[in-house]
Amino acid sequence: MTTAIEISGVHKHFGSLHALRGLDLTIEQGEFFALLGPNGAGKSTLISLLAGLLRPDQGYLRVLGHDVVRDYRLARRSLGVVPQEIVYDPFFTVRETLLIQSGYYGLRHNDAWINTLLERLDLSDKADVNMRALSGGMKRRVLVAQALVHRPEVIVLDEPTAGVDVELRQTLWAFIQNLNSQGHTIVLTTHYLEEAQEFCQRIAMLKQGQIVALDTTQNLLASFERRELRLALDSAGLPESLRPLLRRSIGSTHILDLPSLGCLEEILGIIRQSGAQIEDLSLVEPDLEDIFVSIMSEQASV
Amino acid sequence: MIGFSTLFYKELLRFWKVSFQTVLAPVLTTLLYLLIFSYVLSKRIEVYPGVSYTAFLIPGLVMMSMLQNSFANSSSSLIQSKVTGNIVFVLLPPLSAMDFFGAYLAASVVRGFMVGLGVLLVAQIYALTPPVHIFWAIVFGLFGCGILGCLGIIAGVWAEKFDQLAAFQNFIIVPLSFLSGVFYSIHSLPPFWRQMSRFNPFFYMIDGFRYGFFGLSDVAPQQSLLIVAASFLGLSALTIGLIHRGYKLRG
Repeated sequence: MTTAIEISGVHKHFGSLHALRGLDLTIEQGEFFALLGPNGAGKSTLISLLAGLLRPDQGYLRVLGHDVVRDYRLARRSLGVVPQEIVYDPFFTVRETLLIQSGYYGLRHNDAWINTLLERLDLSDKADVNMRALSGGMKRRVLVAQALVHRPEVIVLDEPTAGVDVELRQTLWAFIQNLNSQGHTIVLTTHYLEEAQEFCQRIAMLKQGQIVALDTTQNLLASFERRELRLALDSAGLPESLRPLLRRSIGSTHILDLPSLGCLEEILGIIRQSGAQIEDLSLVEPDLEDIFVSIMSEQASV
Repeated sequence: MIGFSTLFYKELLRFWKVSFQTVLAPVLTTLLYLLIFSYVLSKRIEVYPGVSYTAFLIPGLVMMSMLQNSFANSSSSLIQSKVTGNIVFVLLPPLSAMDFFGAYLAASVVRGFMVGLGVLLVAQIYALTPPVHIFWAIVFGLFGCGILGCLGIIAGVWAEKFDQLAAFQNFIIVPLSFLSGVFYSIHSLPPFWRQMSRFNPFFYMIDGFRYGFFGLSDVAPQQSLLIVAASFLGLSALTIGLIHRGYKLRG
């Protein structure tokens, strides 16, 4: 089976800015993949290169084995991109927009699929409304529909839920998950880390044009041992020797940094010796946000 | 082919949906030129023997409005798409440089001809005699609109802001078209300016177009045709090359 996306040795400069520094990345067909990173990390540049909106200075990118520069016709036919910015053509209605977009991909008589898209994205009653008259969220849905008119194998969403209300977010994710279960490869960038954690099987973290972490979501979470220990103690309070681990206290509840699970026993031992009574205890598992923050700050100090 | 025809159709629809501004308004503007200049000058000048100034003026104004609107169509469509960002809708699909070029060019030519026909129609208040060589008029119309359509694509692709496009239009297109012999025969000019006019490609478009109407022209129509056709082919090659390289479209 050919890989969905193959990126090799890609460099991209904008003047003196080295936006991508020799990026290598392979995404298999059927994956649900997240590209994370702070603003300016190179996520959108990477997507623009894949989509042919930019050209690499060095290296190559392939979509389903088709080089995005040399075999641009086949590459672009296999790829659907939802851009980050809300853009629209104010001259047309929703249906006209989608019919025209189909035509650009060489498709006529695409009405059945367009109707399905309109229905799945809750746009049916807006089909004949001019784009100008739609709310921001509605325009975002049309962008998603536009990216899918040609039923691309690989779907790239650049921050699809930025500034989008809860209802649309749910509609959108249900739809995207459904497409993924039908075998479509999904690549997304997002600022909402919980979305990546919930939906994506694999994650790449980008920083300053380089990949600083690449693994399955599960492994990333497991490799991160730091947990939070919440302890509610009686009036004896927290022993002095545990102070260095203290993050903050809310009344008699103390939130401690737990470097690894192995330390738990030692901590409990210290408390027992101090004579304090534990009234409540809980462990908080790390989430992607902790890992993200940790990886980003680690790299900064190197 | 479907990609090209869809983009062409979209470009037609784009200006047709605002035809008040893109077709009727230029027809009215040109009519005003015609009314004023013919009123002021018709009794004083006879450019060609047996051809009144008003009759002389009409084909020139028709062609000038065709040229200006062809330029306006491709250039304003592209700059609007670039400024609003919806240019991605035509950059993401597998459209070739030829599809892109052909569609914007053809729509420009269509708009040019619609405005030109509109001007001709309202100019019938002056009971114009029908063109002597309609074929020549159409050929020059096609090449002229084609050249300006190309220039419009180049300007639209090059400009990043509306004022850059306005500069291209006001400092290049408008002077070249006003100084091309729309309002006068270059034979009435002092020798220096007569000579200068021969370096203006717009002069050959207007002169050749006018030949189609009267069978009379400042230079031989074959010469004009050669220059106009060569300009069109050269500009087309340049435009296709720019689009193919992704100049200012794909960084």
